[in-house]
Parts: sequence; structure tokens; C-alpha cells
Amino acid sequence: MTPRRKKRLLLVLLMIFGVSSATALALKAFDQNMMFFYSPTEINAGKAPENRDFRIGGLVVQGSVVRSEKSLMVKFDLTDTKEVITVQYAGILPDLFREGQGIIARGQLNDGVINAVEVLAKHDENYMPPEIADAVATAKEAN
Amino acid sequence: MADFFQMGGYALYVWSAYALAFVVLLINWLGPYFKHKKKLKNASDFYLLNREQEHDTSA
Amino acid sequence: MMQWFHRMASPAWFYRFSGKLIPFLILTFTPLLIIGLYGGLVTAPSDYQQGDAFRIIYVHVPAAWMSLFIYIVMAVYAVITLIWRIKLAEILLISSAPVGVGFTILALATGSLWGKPMWGTWWSWDARLTSELLLLFLYLGVIGLYRAIEEKRTASRFVSILVLVGTVNIPIIHYSVEWWNTLHQGSTITLTEKPSMHIDMLIPLLMMAIAFKVFYGISLLIQARAELVEREFNSRWVRELVEENSDG
Repeated sequence: MTPRRKKRLLLVLLMIFGVSSATALALKAFDQNMMFFYSPTEINAGKAPENRDFRIGGLVVQGSVVRSEKSLMVKFDLTDTKEVITVQYAGILPDLFREGQGIIARGQLNDGVINAVEVLAKHDENYMPPEIADAVATAKEAN
Repeated sequence: MADFFQMGGYALYVWSAYALAFVVLLINWLGPYFKHKKKLKNASDFYLLNREQEHDTSA
Repeated sequence: MMQWFHRMASPAWFYRFSGKLIPFLILTFTPLLIIGLYGGLVTAPSDYQQGDAFRIIYVHVPAAWMSLFIYIVMAVYAVITLIWRIKLAEILLISSAPVGVGFTILALATGSLWGKPMWGTWWSWDARLTSELLLLFLYLGVIGLYRAIEEKRTASRFVSILVLVGTVNIPIIHYSVEWWNTLHQGSTITLTEKPSMHIDMLIPLLMMAIAFKVFYGISLLIQARAELVEREFNSRWVRELVEENSDG
């Protein structure tokens, strides 16, 4: 490599290094803001913002879903397997909403209950046909 | 067959996604294809014109 | 080796070679696409949770992979452009951008079409979705910058710097689902672990991924040939090419 090309290579490497370190520092500074949602544990520890909307993520606790007979109102518990928090919501739930499913709700905290204005379903990265899923579930129960 | 087109009730979303994929691929195929044709045409017009002018001046 | 490298980098040689290569790429692409589509839409079983809506994965994931892959390839051309100043690298760099835009838009739009029925929303500002949107702006920025500068060799150098600055976004897109809480799920297929997908669903996905990769080759080569003729307008080989065509 000629000395001129070596110099150019050095400049390119220097630029990449500079930009990456700047980005890494910026991301570190905004780490908390990059989090899409809080867990029930964080909320119960008082880490969630007050008087403004935030998101909570967790699994819908088995058997906790109570639907109102008159309206779209629905109440359910979310857990991160450590702590539990109750969510209230009036609106249409996504197709994937079911017990045991990962859910992200947006709303405010009021007397220990989240009044949600939006409920989204979070699905996992596993894809399989129903028969296999059943077989996996049976195998898990057997253990 | 009807089942296939209904996609378990998600027909609108699934078929829109595939239609969109078709359109994007088509644009990224035909776009460059016609651009190449146009550039060749430009070049050939330019050189043919030059050739005629050369003939004119020599004659 | 160096001799071969220089011959490959000669525009006239590349133009002839790519002209012969394109038909072979098309012959590879078509059956892969047909088998991939048939596998994804017909033979792959429905998902236990998402039913048939999950079939969007067969266009969404390959498009998203390509949006990252093309950008990484562009970064390689950018390094070659900046250090060695090879004209062909400049051409290949800028010719990759339009198809990169196409795949990024496709990834974002099909993600939206998948998110609405499954998550319950078209869009959400989580780390994965936001960083992919940034990638689209980077691609558009590359095209805009190249067009804005009249002298194309200078334009290529500025574009290369922009591309290299933007590469920091690539690991962010890839690892966003691990570093932060996101609405988007984690990666199904990774290099280190067994894919968390049933084999009958996986094979069509890989077919579609290869088909899209070959398509990138087709689109890139045609685009590069067009750029070459435009840039090398005054060179002997374009003149010879044109005269060959008009005589024959």
C-alpha cells in the first residue's frame, strides 16, 4: 500500500472510531429513554413517571382476565414473574391478547392500578405449527 | 381454495404485503432497465450525430 | 492477483462481464422465488399463535435482512472508494442505493401490515422500528447527496463518508431487540443458536432470503451498467459499444 493510501486508511479508521464512540456515549446517556416499557417490578419500586403516560410490559396472569358484561371494559393482571400489577382498559384488544401472553399497555398509574389507553400484544420469536406447540406444552407439563 | 385466499381472516394484510413486495421488486427491476436503455440511446444519438457532422465537413 | 483485480475494475470489462452474468442471475432468481412463494404461502403450516398472518414473515424478514446487507456492502465500496479511488467501486456504491431504499420500504411497510393485526398497531416508536426508519433516511440521504453534487467523483467521496458515518446504525438495528425493551420480538434466526422456527416454515424463508439476495445482484448490475454508460460517455469503449449496436 502506498503511503498516501495508508494515510487515507488511517483517516477512515479514525472517523469510524470517532463516530462509534460518540454514538455509544449518546446511547448510554439516553439508555432509560430507549426502554420501550417498564416492568411491574420497576413500577412497584416507584421508577415509573407520575402524571404522564408510560408503558408497562408483562405477561397476562392466568385466570386474571375479567370482562365487563355491559361494556368493553376489561381488567387483568400483568406480571414479570416477580411482581404483579393490575391494568384496566376499555377498548378493542389485539387478536393475540390472551392469558399468558406478553402485553404492553400504555397509560397512567392511579391508586396502584394502570388505566390503560392502549393495549398492544408482544409475540415471541418462536414459530411452529399448532400440533408441535401442543406437544411442547404437554412435554412441559409432564416434567 | 377459498381458504387459501382468505388466509385465516388475515387476507387483507397478507395479500397486501405480497402485492407490495411484487411492486417493489418490479420497480427495482424495470427502473434500472429503462434507465440503461435511455442512457444507451443518448450515447448512440450523440455519436451518430457526430458521425454525420464529420461526413458533412469532409464533403 | 492484482492484475485480475485491475482488469475486473475496468469499466469496459465489467460492462461486458455483467451483461453475460445477468441472464444467469435471472435463471437462478425465478425458480427460487417461485419455490419460496409456494413454500411460504402453501406448504408451510399456520403458526400456533398467529395463524396465517405469520406468512408475512416470508417477505418481511428477507427484505429486512437485505436492507442491512446492502448497506454493509455499500460500506465496503465506500472504504474502497476513499482509499483506492476505484471508479467501479463508486458506481457499485451508488447503484446499490435505490434497491436498498426498495427493500427498506418493503421491510417497514410489511412490518406495519403485520403489526396491525398482531400487535394491535401499525407503528410504534420502539428502538427496532425507529432505527430501521433511520436506515431509510440514510439511504435517501445517500441518493440526495450524490445528486446534489455535480462532479460525480467528488460526489462519490462525500457519499462514502456519509455511508461510513451511517454504519453505526447497523449494529444498533441488529441488537436493538436485545439491548432494550422493544415491542418487536427478538431474532428468530441467529448465527450462534438453533433457529426458533419449525423446519417446514424455515426452508421457504431461507429460499426467499436467497431469492432476494440474487435479486439485489440483478438490480445492482443493471443499474451499474446504466450509470457506467452515463459516466463514461466520452470514453472509447462506449463509443465502440454504440457503433457495434448501430451497425449490427
